[in-house]
Amino acid sequence: MTKKAISLGILALAVGAGSGAYAGPDDDSLVINDELEMVTETAAPAHMEGIDTIYSGWRFRTDETQSLQLDDFDNPAMLTVDQAIDAYSEVDGSENESCASCHGDVESFAGLSAAMPKVKDGNLVTLEDEINNCRSTRMGAEEWKWSGQDMQGMVALIGLQSRGMPVDVAIDGDAAPFWEKGKEIYYTRYGQLELSCASCHEENYGNMIRADHLSQGQINGFPTYRLKQARLISRHNRFRGCIRDTRAHTFAEGSDEFRALELYVLSRSNGLSVETPAVRQ
Amino acid sequence: MKTTSLIVASVLAAGMASADAPAPTDVVFEDGAVAASLTGTPGNAAEGRKIMNKGAGNCIACHAVSDLAELAFHGEIGPGLDGVGDRWSEPELRGIVANAKNMFPDTVMPSFYKTEGFIRIGNGFTGKAAEGAVDPLLNAQQIEDVVAYLLTLKE
Ligand code: HEC
Ligand code: HEC
Repeated sequence: MTKKAISLGILALAVGAGSGAYAGPDDDSLVINDELEMVTETAAPAHMEGIDTIYSGWRFRTDETQSLQLDDFDNPAMLTVDQAIDAYSEVDGSENESCASCHGDVESFAGLSAAMPKVKDGNLVTLEDEINNCRSTRMGAEEWKWSGQDMQGMVALIGLQSRGMPVDVAIDGDAAPFWEKGKEIYYTRYGQLELSCASCHEENYGNMIRADHLSQGQINGFPTYRLKQARLISRHNRFRGCIRDTRAHTFAEGSDEFRALELYVLSRSNGLSVETPAVRQ
Repeated sequence: MKTTSLIVASVLAAGMASADAPAPTDVVFEDGAVAASLTGTPGNAAEGRKIMNKGAGNCIACHAVSDLAELAFHGEIGPGLDGVGDRWSEPELRGIVANAKNMFPDTVMPSFYKTEGFIRIGNGFTGKAAEGAVDPLLNAQQIEDVVAYLLTLKE
């Protein structure tokens, strides 16, 4: 008698806050440090067919979770960001270089994260790719692992320079074939549960799935600090978790599939503020 | 001796499925319904009630059921199931639980008695590729048990 046969459990999600009928995002507005007003709701970009209005995932969280993002002193992601500030000007590797020695002040990256990933020389390039490229070719340093805290701390620090700017990722020209591929992945019903990203985040956002209040699965807040995991979570790590929950064979972090999916999903956030580093349950 | 143990092994491998239940690929659907019991053994509503919860069918991830009020967090993805025993016949409920896509094309409800035609099927919730034959999410008797339970949900 196999144990497996009786262990479906659609999602390993369980524990969590809230109960009962929510339905939809709440009406709260997000102002960070009492001064930086974030767009958490706006008209969906023209390319989206199934949704009229896009919402930040922040609007679907409990007041308690939401409050952790109101002030940078309360935001648990900032510890990792502080470490990235140190790493930014630290020499590492054989070439006696640091990020700062080439890029100067980290503020020079303002705007970059709002428009990444983008195509360079025919390849779709994410911020993680850029960082590792600098580390290996310019610094002679070891590459960082995709979802490591050193990597995601740096992605968050660079993202922070664009916080409050609207996401504006390009989907035409060179980017078009990658975008199409990402879109196809978004709508494919993977795994034994045969669920696509759209099954949960387009058709059912606002609804409860067991104890979880489904958002639109936006990625303008990534890397996000996830309370359940107590660390910064990369976009690809979140994709992997969601696909795994459909009882599917997932793609790898850093795979071409997830690069394409990142471009597509981020294009669904076009118009929302860059919120990095966000805090989620 | 050898043959017997092989037979025993293959029966065990099929989990709790009864030996003469039709394979998922052989079940006959008519307008989304399945007329005949999958096992010939009457479903056990008490067992079915357990399967509704997490770790088994996890139906309440998506459906609210007043009779299961002692369990926290019922989902809102599908309709509430109160009164479902009045709305649907036994064959219809069997069809819906076995493979709801025959009754509701494109529904997000998973197909619980299905073993083929998946895209990138994994090994449970490990994220790795599945190896070998795929067990349906619920075996034939579990389907019958859930149907028996649903039939008790009358207004
Ligand atoms: C079976 C349901 C389900 C499927 C399928 C699913 N997700 Fe999710 N996803 C969730 C749940 C539950 C959460 C946590 C609540 C929330 O933020 O929506 C979540 C969260 C997310 C988040 C975090 C949002 C935030 O604000 O932090 C992202 C991004 C995401 N999903 C993207 C995806 C993508 C891309 C896919 C497809 C590859 C996908 N999801 C498929 C259930 C699902
Ligand atoms: C991922 C979500 C999901 C899960 C899990 C799920 N269902 Fe459903 N179910 C639905 C949806 C959505 C519908 C509505 C049909 C449609 O898509 O139009 C539905 C419809 C039904 C109906 C018809 C209800 C009516 O009033 O018309 C029954 C009965 C049912 N489901 C039983 C079950 C049982 C029993 C289980 C577990 C063994 C289960 N469902 C698991 C999503 C789900």
